[in-house]
Amino acid sequence: MLVFLIRRLSQSLVVLLVMSFLVFVGVFAIGDPVELLVSPDADQFERARVIRDLGLDRPLWEQYGVFLLQSLKGDLGNSFVFNQPALQLILERMPATLELAFAAVIIAIVIGIPLGMVAGLRPHAWYSRMIMSVSILGFSLPTFWVGLMMIMLFAVMLGWLPASGRGETVDLLGVPVSFLSEDGLRHLLLPAINLALFKVSLVIRLTRAGMRENMLMDYVKFAYAKGLSHGRVIFVHVLKNILVPIVTVVGLELGNVIAFAVVTESIFAWPGMGKLLIDSIYRLDRPIVVAYLMITVLMFILINLIVDILYSVLDPRVRIADVKS
Amino acid sequence: MDAAMPTLEVKGLRTHFFTKAGVVKAVDDVSFRVGRGEVLGLVGESGSGKSVTGFSVLGLVDPPGRIVEGSIRFAGRELVGIAERQWRDIRGAKIAMIFQDPMMTLNPVLRIDTQMVEAIRAHEPRIERAEAHRRCIAALGQVGIPSPEERLRAYPHQFSGGMRQRVAIAIALLNKPDLIIADEPTTALDVTIQAQILYEAQKLTRETGTALIWITHDLTVVAGLADRICVMYAGRIVEEGSVDEVLDNPLHPYTRGLIGSVPGRNKRGSPLYQIPGMTPSLIRLPRGCAFRERCREAVEACGEPQPIVHPAPGRAVRCCRCSRPGAVQ
Repeated sequence: MLVFLIRRLSQSLVVLLVMSFLVFVGVFAIGDPVELLVSPDADQFERARVIRDLGLDRPLWEQYGVFLLQSLKGDLGNSFVFNQPALQLILERMPATLELAFAAVIIAIVIGIPLGMVAGLRPHAWYSRMIMSVSILGFSLPTFWVGLMMIMLFAVMLGWLPASGRGETVDLLGVPVSFLSEDGLRHLLLPAINLALFKVSLVIRLTRAGMRENMLMDYVKFAYAKGLSHGRVIFVHVLKNILVPIVTVVGLELGNVIAFAVVTESIFAWPGMGKLLIDSIYRLDRPIVVAYLMITVLMFILINLIVDILYSVLDPRVRIADVKS
Repeated sequence: MDAAMPTLEVKGLRTHFFTKAGVVKAVDDVSFRVGRGEVLGLVGESGSGKSVTGFSVLGLVDPPGRIVEGSIRFAGRELVGIAERQWRDIRGAKIAMIFQDPMMTLNPVLRIDTQMVEAIRAHEPRIERAEAHRRCIAALGQVGIPSPEERLRAYPHQFSGGMRQRVAIAIALLNKPDLIIADEPTTALDVTIQAQILYEAQKLTRETGTALIWITHDLTVVAGLADRICVMYAGRIVEEGSVDEVLDNPLHPYTRGLIGSVPGRNKRGSPLYQIPGMTPSLIRLPRGCAFRERCREAVEACGEPQPIVHPAPGRAVRCCRCSRPGAVQ
């Protein structure tokens, strides 16, 4: 277990290094942030001062070297726009995004697994066909369009739920969260459902496929031959078997949701990391974009690690030592 | 239980599968009986309906299949048509089943003790955990698994194929059933393990009086194990009798073909006999004898439905040519 962790983390460091280089060079190539930062009527002397202050007069390899040295100290540079540490700016907005992402994944699991089980057990019933048809919609409708429609229906026409912002937040262990206040929960509902739509469809399809495949297995028939009830066979024997692929996909999707909730956050004006990233790309705020992607990579590495560990809990045939990188 | 009453009596059983292509008559008018402590060998090639017969007795026929006709009497009680809840009380408690592939029958993600204790709990919900464990250990010991207390905490993948089949048998024994249906339980195992399992099965029926239906395509297996044999072909029993009589003096041409195709010492060097042709489609069975197309002795009368004839006490055969006087030597 320890060897596994050490090997895994050292591999992650290499990934981080390569990633940081690619992003650094990539953002450098996009354009010159000075054009956007300095007011158009500034004189030549003023421009030169800003360029020197930001360190943009030095060659690329030197800028990258300074960045690497600083990041070892935990400093990912200051935002060009806000003139605050990039890391701090991102971490401030992280709880909002995490809250939205977890809410979406929980919705996906709570709705997706039961519906998938029903559709898998009675594949020919009318309600199962309906579940599958709706899940195709969930897959294929673009998130931004569904988001706008939801705002139109629930916020504008019916006036049931607010359309934007986080609402009232409550501090939980020093972190502001929305889901503990009624107002915050009402604000969370629409964006979370919007973000969950695709995942619900995914979980339904995975669960249904696993259910149909497993119900035909000999172990199910053997379980029935022991005189077990339907409930015991389905919820203990079958469910535990189909959980392995679901955990994998949901784990990876969690990373995706956290890192790229950009569209939903923009539509619902949710003050999370995704919105910060979009704004920073517009303004060519390089430190924030680089820091954001570094954090994203780190997050994916951690989630993959947790998924691998969960594997060995769910499936006794997989032991941590067997999990290759 | 009344000593004269058979443990299981199946009469005129028909289990059909209603598929898009047509009605598959997997079991078509099958009758047999098994007494206390008796071992019945159900022999036939793949697709002859022997497994479906076994599942019918447990009420475990998967849709689109169902029992359309016939009677299954267990200890005098009719099972066809009873409610699912009543089936559940019989499965595993009165009638247990062992499957063909031990690699597939145990749930890979549950520990052995979980899978054993739930088999007891299903029928005795109030049993204490320690008592259930004690019975599991006793059952594992009975089928020859070394250090059963430790093995109880293992997962199925930590056992070899033969050991897994022993665990499956131990699970079947847990509730001391009156009848065990074994569906080719040794087919997936190598020969030495097969011999051990057969020995255990024999010992079991002698010691406990449990009746056993041993489903197999392997005549050599039933030769040493069974008391009586039913030979199945295309959903029907074509010959029935005591194991010695059927093997020494087979009446039905199909049984003779089966026995002829077993390799033996005295046949070394000569080409092994093969039954020509293939089993017929169960959707379009001929009106008469289903074996007619492959039979070397077929005559005009084989095109008519074949009656069951009893050429000698305790013997039955579904072949018109065997009803001639002097057919049995």
